[in-house]
Amino acid sequence: MEVGLFIPCYIDQFYPHVGQDTLSLLEKMGCKVVYPEGQTCCGQPLANSGLEHEAKPIYSHLVDTFAGFAYHVKHHYDIVEQDSDVKSVRERMYDITAFLTDVLKVNQLEARFPHRVGIHQSCHGLRGLRMARSTELQVPPYSKWRQLLELVKDIQLVELDRPDECCGFGGTFSVGEEAVSVKMGQDRIADHKRNGAEFITSGDMSCLMHMEGLLRRKKDPVKVIHLVEILNG
Amino acid sequence: MKQTDTVKVDHARKARDFIADKERTDWHNGAITYLREKRDLGVGGVPEWEDLRNLASQIKTNVLGNLDDYLEEFEKNALANGVKVHWASDGDEHNRIVHDILKRYDTKMVVKSKSMLTEECHLNQYLESNNIEVVDTDLGERIIQMRHEGPSHIVAPAIHIRKEEVGQLFHEQLNTDEGAADPQYLTEAARQHLRQKFLEADVALTGVNFAIAETGGVVVCTNEGNADMGVHMVPCQIHSMGIEKIIPRAGDLGVFTRLLARSATGQPITIYTSHHQKPKPGGEMHIIIVDNGRSAHLGRDDFYTALKCIRCGACMNSCPVYRRSGGYSYGHTVPGPIGSILTPGFNLKKFKELPFASTLCGACSDVCPVKINIHEQLYKWRQVVGEKGELEKSKAMPLHWAGKILSSHKKYQIVGRLARKALRFLPGAITSNRFNPWSRQRELPKPPRQSFGEWYKQQNK
Ligand code: SF4
Repeated sequence: MEVGLFIPCYIDQFYPHVGQDTLSLLEKMGCKVVYPEGQTCCGQPLANSGLEHEAKPIYSHLVDTFAGFAYHVKHHYDIVEQDSDVKSVRERMYDITAFLTDVLKVNQLEARFPHRVGIHQSCHGLRGLRMARSTELQVPPYSKWRQLLELVKDIQLVELDRPDECCGFGGTFSVGEEAVSVKMGQDRIADHKRNGAEFITSGDMSCLMHMEGLLRRKKDPVKVIHLVEILNG
Repeated sequence: MKQTDTVKVDHARKARDFIADKERTDWHNGAITYLREKRDLGVGGVPEWEDLRNLASQIKTNVLGNLDDYLEEFEKNALANGVKVHWASDGDEHNRIVHDILKRYDTKMVVKSKSMLTEECHLNQYLESNNIEVVDTDLGERIIQMRHEGPSHIVAPAIHIRKEEVGQLFHEQLNTDEGAADPQYLTEAARQHLRQKFLEADVALTGVNFAIAETGGVVVCTNEGNADMGVHMVPCQIHSMGIEKIIPRAGDLGVFTRLLARSATGQPITIYTSHHQKPKPGGEMHIIIVDNGRSAHLGRDDFYTALKCIRCGACMNSCPVYRRSGGYSYGHTVPGPIGSILTPGFNLKKFKELPFASTLCGACSDVCPVKINIHEQLYKWRQVVGEKGELEKSKAMPLHWAGKILSSHKKYQIVGRLARKALRFLPGAITSNRFNPWSRQRELPKPPRQSFGEWYKQQNK
């Protein structure tokens, strides 16, 4: 299967190893991966700040180069003209987790990770892309993140008191509402620590960037790690 | 609603002040989380929960689409029951109608229960300035009234006050023992104090949870029974309702009573579900139907479904921001997620920050028993704020440049490289100073030497 890889701008700039692990994992799964040059960003930082219209050129640029930051593109790309390119990108775009579970239907992995790990269910993945059941909904529980992590050898997944409380990143919210953002992040980390996590993992690097920033400031030994880093072994 | 007050509600600043008291913030978060946990337990016992939500949402959407017809039907049936029906276009008119009724009874006091609408209309202040005493009879509302405060939550208006503080308040105003904080003792003291007021009153006012078009009757859901106590002991009863409180048929009520109490507190149903249909023999019953900005909201395609709200408070209890910033940080009677999508419609300049007081986590939309897409409306209000040029300059300008950079690969690469360099080589004192809100309490990410793009290019040379 041929796959185009979209690396969100902040991963490109700050967490290239997450991109590298994603690429390597997909190749291990037998995909032919291309990384279309010229990609930048999905436009979310602007649009979430109320400047959807100024984000339009970014949307077009992304569609031109192809795919996007899954939730934002899937849900908020109504304002650009829905020609066949836009539609096809919106339809054929997957977050890496859902791509592994739903398209490749991965059911075994080589990876081993002998640590206690807490899953941070990022809100955009949880309620935007429905990667797992949110605690609000009365539907049978499932979690695509957990499903994948359970394939990793020797991993110990810890249970949290509030399994789907937001970490408080929220893009520009993290600076616009600094006090609440930080408090939410600290509370989230405390939940993971209380339940014995050595690592906090997530499919969303932006949540992890926020929590990593808080952990490092406190010189806390708990580490953040992107889901694909664990899955790639 | 008045547009003259344009002083912006600075949610971020109020939130920061609230959070400065960490211990209190944790307590507040915990007290409200407890409500949410009870909701989860209560809802867990209803396998058809999601079907009920769908049904409730459809009924309310139908109501909003045909509101004029339903209101007329409701009025016609209420009149036929011998009820006096009044229409108020705004809060002031509502307050004058109440005042006129009180004048006819030549009374200097009114007992009141369960009405967020009268809070919204500032009825207490209006009547007090006309030398009429208003006695809020529900415990929580009485407590905040004694403290001269507004509600901080629509279901639990005094949730921000600790029992020790109530003890002190009652000691000062009701002469309870100093230092006493036992809830049962304090409740009993309040009960004795209120009993006297009930006996003195001639007029009682309540809010309305549901107004049934088919019967012309109103339904009030309470746990303390004070609304009934008030109404039953006086010759004249008044029920104030917003235009959106309509449901079509008595048969629809069960859908909503099942959802309301469970969403609010996890109870299967409120202790009292009181139906008021016609005046008691020799008495009077008034219903005041209030617009106060609602019909304007009904005309907004992207936002009108916010009027489906049944005021259960679940979105507040589920909101990670509200629980840590407190109800007062929203500057309005209805705080939290639902407040943040209603208030910009009432007064954009004043409430323009509220749609940004959210991470868009979406818990509010998933918990809402009538399926209002709250977090999507928050997103859409942000666009309205942006389009109307109401974004703070300090926010808009950097983003404007970001937009230019991010739509061009060249510019993006250059800026990215420079930024990583800067972060690597500038001393921490410059990048991590207290003027940068990111790094006041957080580290910036460690910049790598190579971006993914640069690495990829090297690999594939
Ligand atoms: S918006 Fe929904 S969850 Fe919030 S108070 Fe209204 S009905 Fe309840």
